[in-house]
Amino acid sequence: MNGGLNGTGRRLIGIFDLIGSRVMEFFDQAGYTVLLLVRAFYYLKDAPSKAREIFTQMYFAGVKTLVVCSLVGVFTGMILALQTGIELQNFGMQYQIGHLIIASMTREMGPFMAAIIITASVGSAMAAEIGTMKVYDEIDALEMMSISPVKFLVMPRVVALAAMLPVVSIYIIVLACLGGAVVANSILNVSFNVYMKHLYKGIHFKPIYVGLLKAFVFGLIISGVSCAYGLRATSGELGVGHATRSSVVASFLMVLIIGYFITAIFYG
Amino acid sequence: MIEFVDVHKSFGPKRVLGGFNLKIEKGETFVIIGQSGIGKTVALRHVAGLLCPDSGNVLVEGVRVNGASAATMRKLRGRMGVLFQSGALINWMTVAENVALPLSEHRRFPKKEIDRLVDEKLDLLELGDAKTKTPSEISGGMKKRVALARVLMSNPAIILYDEPTTGLDPVMSMVISDLIRQMQRDFNVTSLVVTHDMKSAFHVGDRIGMLYGGELVQVGTPDEIMNTENPVVRQFINGDLEGPIRAQ
Ligand SMILES: Nc1ncnc2c1ncn2[C@@H]1O[C@H](COP(=O)(O)OP(=O)(O)OP(=O)(O)O)[C@@H](O)[C@H]1O
Ligand SMILES: [Mg+2]
Repeated sequence: MNGGLNGTGRRLIGIFDLIGSRVMEFFDQAGYTVLLLVRAFYYLKDAPSKAREIFTQMYFAGVKTLVVCSLVGVFTGMILALQTGIELQNFGMQYQIGHLIIASMTREMGPFMAAIIITASVGSAMAAEIGTMKVYDEIDALEMMSISPVKFLVMPRVVALAAMLPVVSIYIIVLACLGGAVVANSILNVSFNVYMKHLYKGIHFKPIYVGLLKAFVFGLIISGVSCAYGLRATSGELGVGHATRSSVVASFLMVLIIGYFITAIFYG
Repeated sequence: MIEFVDVHKSFGPKRVLGGFNLKIEKGETFVIIGQSGIGKTVALRHVAGLLCPDSGNVLVEGVRVNGASAATMRKLRGRMGVLFQSGALINWMTVAENVALPLSEHRRFPKKEIDRLVDEKLDLLELGDAKTKTPSEISGGMKKRVALARVLMSNPAIILYDEPTTGLDPVMSMVISDLIRQMQRDFNVTSLVVTHDMKSAFHVGDRIGMLYGGELVQVGTPDEIMNTENPVVRQFINGDLEGPIRAQ
């Protein structure tokens, strides 16, 4: 087929082939994920009967990640305060640090950090759990009982994560502000009162609702992607592992891409 | 009742079914025997509409399963039960919740009635003690019986059993084989059983077919199979080392 090409040319085509098939796979999976989310929305009407499952999943997303979220929140705030605080000190403006922290946490960092933690701990577990169910015929068994796996498994997870991501984000934002206060006080010599005064000044309505919207959308993305990869896991020893790993990578990518577009729409 | 017409199925380059033909009558118990990995589960999944043939047709009660609409499929599956090889229990639900699943999810029955039916099926399969345990707390053989109890909950007219006795001790294996017979006798259930447990095959089967090379190489009554002249079938049921079948 590539008879007229030298070795380098052929290798190039090989690389393009590979990239092409990966890109196709990505779009195929993205399309499947969107359809899955649409079907999950359709089953929202059955949410009351799945309350127990929804609360279980909310518990996983909220309570089980509490320690990690606390650490990540505090340290993000401390790093932010240290890095930007020292720069601000050069201009004698370190007392503004509270303003900066609340602004960057609500706009970007809070929802993003929450998404990273939930993807890594909850999303990966979701993909692995559903992938295992797929491999052990449990999904087929549900189909045979005319129980929709979307209603039974996907909808509760989507609802739980969409509800919990904003909550987790707020929690991380609050802790980051506290972490920032510690650094402001101990290293930048900004008193707690001054810190809080400027922090309040930094609170605006728009960044908060855009930030929470972002977190909500990230919840949809993470649950949708994780369930999609799980449901499409192939059998064999490697199937579930592959599904789990791919779901984490795809969730990160989608969170970054969609996160950018939400920012662009509201601030662009 | 269940009919395969010239069914072909491959996975990539691997041909699993090639010209598979079979007709199972109403109320009959048909057993497919064959080596591990030969395609027995694949054949069974076609009847449930979980796999679609590359060519050929699969009919259940005269209705084509491949390419059936969602509504037709739902109707067919409502009359059909599948005992999966792995049991396919939901591992975060208790035994009782698993067994109740076919009815509890559809909210057509009052809870009292469901509880009564669950107890009835659990007693039938000697599972009363395991009621509140989760699947990870019970043995492989018990899982299989729980899965069977779940299948029986919806009173299916057609039951597909994938290796119903594999992993069970000889006595429990006989209990299950008897139960398959009893379902046929009392409720005129049509059954397709897939197994390599020859004792159970001869016990439950009205007819037995041996799957080899993508098709049924011989179909006959247990007597005919036992006294077969076909070298493939004879090697398989006797477990001979010498013969046309090679270990893979
Ligand atoms: N979904 C699938 N994708 C790819 N290959 C498959 C799939 N399902 C089955 N196969 C292949 O088809 C062949 C037949 O598998 P099948 O599960 O039907 O065997 P079996 O006769 O039931 O064996 P066992 O007695 O071990 O259960 C195997 O080689 C298997 O790898
Ligand atoms: Mg099998």
